[in-house]
Amino acid sequence: MTRADAMGLLLSFIARLITGAQGHWKGCPPEATQRIYFANHQSHLDWVLIWASLPRELRATTRPIAAKDYWTSSPFKQWLTTEVFHAVYVSRQRSDDQDPLEPLAAALTNGDSLVIFPEGTRSNKGEPQPFKSGLYHLAGQFPGVQLVPVWIDNVQRVMPKGEVVPVPILCTATFGTPLALRPDEDKRSFLVRARDAVIALRPAAG
Amino acid sequence: MGSLRALGADQQVALLFVALFGMLLLASLAELAWSLRRGLDGPANESHANRRRDLSALWAGACLFWLAWVSGAAGATLLAGVVSFLALREFITLAHTRRGDHRGLILAFFIVLPVQYLLVAARGFDLFSVFIPVYVFLAIPVVSALAGDPERFLERNAKIQWGIMVCVYGLSHAPALLLLDFKGYEERGAFLVFFLVMVVSAAQIVQEAASRWLRRRPLARHIDRSFSLRGWALGGLAAALVGAALYWITPFKAGQALAMGFIAGAAGTLGGFVMKALKKDAGVRYWGNRSSVTGAVGLLDRVAPLCFAAPVFFHSVRWYFSLGR
Repeated sequence: MTRADAMGLLLSFIARLITGAQGHWKGCPPEATQRIYFANHQSHLDWVLIWASLPRELRATTRPIAAKDYWTSSPFKQWLTTEVFHAVYVSRQRSDDQDPLEPLAAALTNGDSLVIFPEGTRSNKGEPQPFKSGLYHLAGQFPGVQLVPVWIDNVQRVMPKGEVVPVPILCTATFGTPLALRPDEDKRSFLVRARDAVIALRPAAG
Repeated sequence: MGSLRALGADQQVALLFVALFGMLLLASLAELAWSLRRGLDGPANESHANRRRDLSALWAGACLFWLAWVSGAAGATLLAGVVSFLALREFITLAHTRRGDHRGLILAFFIVLPVQYLLVAARGFDLFSVFIPVYVFLAIPVVSALAGDPERFLERNAKIQWGIMVCVYGLSHAPALLLLDFKGYEERGAFLVFFLVMVVSAAQIVQEAASRWLRRRPLARHIDRSFSLRGWALGGLAAALVGAALYWITPFKAGQALAMGFIAGAAGTLGGFVMKALKKDAGVRYWGNRSSVTGAVGLLDRVAPLCFAAPVFFHSVRWYFSLGR
């Protein structure tokens, strides 16, 4: 076992200890199909929670998106995101000649699954913000990849914005029925539909 | 009985575990035989599934108990600490805390809980019994006030304090029983824990069955549709009888064991009843996941009767021994 594997096991153990990391597979089974998981974004822990609630054999091929300037700024951060999480790096600075989705498309072409947070930023209100268009473009480019909506519940209580130490509270990641882009669907109605699919997974009465 | 008394404490405890696992094995075999006779493809029966779940919970509990004994004082305390942590995590999840509670919760999980169990392991029983009711009781609102959120201040602090009292303070009395040495009863703490667990589970099982079968007027309809005074009394009575039947493993005489059994059993069933009220308040219809005791959800209602019974029993035992001195 390499150091990265050991670190992965340790991190998923901690995530389970703190949050329970229960995955509720309501709309699809946890299987090795190529997928894009898209979820609501409330906390830094969201990625770790989804990752820990996946079965172990799916974790190696399911990759997060990481901001290049922040996550490669120190050797440890780079090691963590590259070796442990196999992150896909995107740069936050827009340059005109480059498509920001290109690294994601490369990963999908490679056959990997992705976890994305289409809100683009963390929201600490109950409702997710409107989705950014990246999901739509990926759905158009890769019609064979399943789009799985995910609702992450309770994580904002574990580590609210500005706090460093997490508090142990049980969290769930609910995985819904896969979506697909309809042939005649435009960008706006697709993004609204995707957002509604995520919200529909929210457990009733908090 | 005379030859049993001649054995050393270790051998007696070993016998206790042989008897315990033997009984569980018999129960599981009976369950298996019963399900085979009904046929594997028969309709899945609700009460059958319930019994299965309870049986596996009993197995888990017995294994935990055995591990606690085998691993000695430090291991037992650590194990109880982990159970306490999982129960408190579940309680806090249901309690709908707010942002301003964050620091208070960190204090509860990462300082209060370890310190309480360290006190148990170090056998500092005087500080152990006042640490949470006095010092933590005062510290939690201070930390909470420093967070600067005045909304529903008292209510939020009460929730945290109550959770700590039940999940940490109450449960920590179980390993404390294991470690407390009484004059003339050294190294036999496991018997007291065994007595407590047997008595409490007998009370809980009989109370639930009696309340369901007797269909008496429920004491508090909005909290539990079946909990009745007679059911509760029968549960206490069953606990007393089990206690009296087990008197020979305790330092008590038969009559005293009867009284102790009643006290612990009655406190335990009331604990279960209080948890039902909590569950209604949190809007949870059913405790836990149905498949198994994973420790994620559904642990709290299993340990709640013990959390209520253990402190009452512990202090009754201490009081009894101080009288005898």
